[in-house]
Amino acid sequence: MLVTSALITGLALGSMYGLLALGFYITYAVSSTVNFAQGSSMMLGAVFAYTFAVTLGWPFLPAALLALALCALYGMLVELLAVRPFARRGSSAWLMATVALGIIADNTVLFTFGKEPRGFSLAWATGSVQIAGINVSHLQIAIPVVGLSLAAALHLFSRKTRPGKAMLAVVQNPDAARLMGINVPLAISIAYAASTLLAGAAGIMIAPLFNVHSDMGTLFGLKAFAVAILGGITSAWGVMLAGLIFGLTESLITALLGSAYTQILSFALVIVALALMPNGLFGRAEVKKV
Amino acid sequence: MKLLLAAFAFLLGISNANAQTIKIGLVTALSGQSARAGEAITRGLTVAIEEINAKGGVLGRKLELVRRDDEATPAKGVIAARELVFREKVAVLFGGLDTPVSLAIVPIVNQEKVPFMGPWAAGTPITKNGANPNFVFRVSAVDEIVNRAMLQYAQKTFNAKNCGMILVNNPWGESNEKGLLAALGAKGMKPAGIEKFEGNDVDVVPQLTRLKNAGADCLFLVGNVGPSAQVVKSLDRMGWKPPIVSHWGPAGGRFTELAGPSAKDVHFVQTYSFFGKQTPVGQKVLKALMAKYPDIKSPGDVTPAVGVANAYDAMMLTAMAIQNAGSTDGAKIREGYYKIGQYQGLIKTYNKPFTPGNHDAVNENDYVWTQFIDNQILPVGMKK
Repeated sequence: MLVTSALITGLALGSMYGLLALGFYITYAVSSTVNFAQGSSMMLGAVFAYTFAVTLGWPFLPAALLALALCALYGMLVELLAVRPFARRGSSAWLMATVALGIIADNTVLFTFGKEPRGFSLAWATGSVQIAGINVSHLQIAIPVVGLSLAAALHLFSRKTRPGKAMLAVVQNPDAARLMGINVPLAISIAYAASTLLAGAAGIMIAPLFNVHSDMGTLFGLKAFAVAILGGITSAWGVMLAGLIFGLTESLITALLGSAYTQILSFALVIVALALMPNGLFGRAEVKKV
Repeated sequence: MKLLLAAFAFLLGISNANAQTIKIGLVTALSGQSARAGEAITRGLTVAIEEINAKGGVLGRKLELVRRDDEATPAKGVIAARELVFREKVAVLFGGLDTPVSLAIVPIVNQEKVPFMGPWAAGTPITKNGANPNFVFRVSAVDEIVNRAMLQYAQKTFNAKNCGMILVNNPWGESNEKGLLAALGAKGMKPAGIEKFEGNDVDVVPQLTRLKNAGADCLFLVGNVGPSAQVVKSLDRMGWKPPIVSHWGPAGGRFTELAGPSAKDVHFVQTYSFFGKQTPVGQKVLKALMAKYPDIKSPGDVTPAVGVANAYDAMMLTAMAIQNAGSTDGAKIREGYYKIGQYQGLIKTYNKPFTPGNHDAVNENDYVWTQFIDNQILPVGMKK
């Protein structure tokens, strides 16, 4: 019972880490840059969805869809304002600029959404079913299902659709892609939109389990970056799997050894894994041809 | 002529000094999860200060409240406290809800000899900090006393024999772990288990499952409003409904909204309730609050009541201490607290509330057990 409940908790949390980390993967693959404030994108998803669904009283689905669209738009804005101007000059200042934009987003939400955390309960999410003798809420089942489905959808998008293939071409050789008429800046912009959309989806799903407030994404963003590195940031499935492994490890350590050891052991294991496999669990060493 | 000028300058100085207000500093959370607690403390202090100022102030000078937001973070609390002590030159500094923040401020006030009054944070080492002289006073619950009361309440109300602890992982949680172990030990008992959780934990099911498997028949909960809500939601997901006896963390915000319908199952300690029959002081304060704040239309709107009540009494006692001191010198105000005799306050009638050996004015006889019914904190069992 102890292990089963830990596995269910770990799967839900792990798929959230995976979704956020997948956002790091997409932008890194296409442009070798990432949005370090991915936690803020997650928070924005939850705040937008709360505003539409609770404050304005819209049905959940249109509220969530508009929230995701706004997240995608925010991602394009991040790329346009905080990444493109610096990456174009070969500067690494995008690193700090994305963090700064995240802080601006967090504080804007603090002043507009409010200082107090808000509860985001969904009627369909409160029910539960019995699995292996333990109570599992609908939300705990929905989170990994939606998380893995989104990862699969991303995989299909990149393999089966024209914009997806264009993005893959940019990943393989940006100069050749440009010569073939592919709009490289647009591909990068789309990658950032997809990245923040995934983070926003994670925020919307985690909100009913947690609560909605301006700094809800900070710790998630940090853990997701560790997950992205652990998975080997160059492999989509690797990153998603690393998210699940990290989530499961966290909850199993808590369940079996006690919560005092969770953070110490889970991050120590990340260091050990990276020491043994410097390119991450599923990443490949980068080969530079000269 | 020189003498006349000197006398004029002296009188000018006196009149300026008289015109100057006595600044009362407040470092508390004004944003984030504990924002409501900070607002409650502010309201209690404001009503008391306006009452004092209407009667001519203290030492012939008006009192002025100067607030700073600590964002529930010790580092920010220390910066805010330094600013209030060194730049604003407050006569007395008030603290907020968070024990870690207050613990970080204690060394500064003891070093700078500025009296520090705690109207909320309950960590035992805040007042029992080992400093001599000790400039820290409190009109609030004290963990080690609350912990004895929690055990007593769990045994009496729920016939609990094997309680488990679920504590937030910070100095406040540690302070309560020690206090609860001591309370259990005094009765020859042991906890079913001790589990910690982080303030930002989404799911506390693994910790709670460990306690359930250890045979816990009740839970001692210690955490602020957000983390406490996470525990209640996790219990809901597990379908486990043990009695929950809590410190007063849930009182600090929108607990019912965050925790859902099961919020009402958490019984937590308070020092005051504006429900039921009120003393003349209670009636006066409630009237003043309703006149000052349009959102307060009934006792249920004074929330969290503990912040308002503690802050009101603490401010009144502080004004008496300054009056007794005859100046705004920190060391003299400290002595002034010891000279307070009897005072009919909101929580109780205080009789020599502070002595060199006791800097805590409230004890276990002053506690009230409460629960959330909808969005209001009511004494347990009382209907709206």
